[in-house]
Amino acid sequence: MNPTVAAASVLAAALAVGLGAIGPGIGQGNAAGRAVEGIARQPEAEGKIRGTLLLSLAFMEALTIYGLVVALVLLFANPFS
Amino acid sequence: METLNALTTLNAFPLAELEVGKQFYWHLGNLEIHGQILLTSWFVIGVLVIASILATRKIQMVPAGTQNLMEYALEFIRDLTKTQIGEKEYRPWVPFIGTLFLFIFISNWSGALIPWKLIRIPEGELAAPTGDINTTIALALLTSLAYFYAGFKKKGLGYFGNYVQPVAFMLPFKIIEDFTKPLSLSFRLFGNILADELVVAVLVLLVPLFIPLPVMALGLFTSAIQALIFATLAASYIGEAMEDHGEGHEEH
Repeated sequence: MNPTVAAASVLAAALAVGLGAIGPGIGQGNAAGRAVEGIARQPEAEGKIRGTLLLSLAFMEALTIYGLVVALVLLFANPFS
Repeated sequence: METLNALTTLNAFPLAELEVGKQFYWHLGNLEIHGQILLTSWFVIGVLVIASILATRKIQMVPAGTQNLMEYALEFIRDLTKTQIGEKEYRPWVPFIGTLFLFIFISNWSGALIPWKLIRIPEGELAAPTGDINTTIALALLTSLAYFYAGFKKKGLGYFGNYVQPVAFMLPFKIIEDFTKPLSLSFRLFGNILADELVVAVLVLLVPLFIPLPVMALGLFTSAIQALIFATLAASYIGEAMEDHGEGHEEH
């Protein structure tokens, strides 16, 4: 593989995961904080809140995973090599 | 890549090999088939078939053992479908959603629980079938077909009316949505399963004993959640295609 392409791919993979983790991180923090607030206000609704929270956390996590998929493609199945 | 190959050959512990993108190809005419995925998929199908046969062999009024477990699973899937599609039309879709959920769930957990890596195959390694992009794309395209079928069966050509609801300029977005739905479904599942396996493999590479256990437990948890999410989303897409105009529905 061309060393420039290799260097660019590794850098791009790092950026894809790193930048892709920022948004979902903020979102998950928000969601978890609000869920804790909700449980503190209404402890009897804990089960329902937990279920909804887990489901929505998984959706946010998917965004980072898209970045990870791009990074994995760049590292292991690079189309430019 | 050179560096990654160096990393792979470095390890002394035989269980900690890390291979991504290496496939065990079978040639069938002009087709190339990922043999390891076919083997593990059929293993998963076998597990499901055997479990269903055991559960339905001696059906009793008061369920016990396997029958009890399977009835619990069925009830769970039925409730999931009912909340997404609605009381009136959910029944014909329970088998489809149930198949998706059970297949994905068992294959995710088989990848995490069964030490596939002890079984040597000529190239590549055995792993969860859902950790391969082809499997997840096939499942996602099936879901697409299913919701188109549901929409056309319920409304005929009037299904295209969905594309201009609630306002006409939504048309391009709705068309793009038809492509992004299978894309995000397949990438979400594939990425999560592969990421789980990679994290466990990297940790085992660094510290072979005990340290990777909590991560493995987390992996079991996320794989179960991913199966649930795939089934929930498939059901909600089908419900969305069949719903009557005029009422809003949650979108993902």
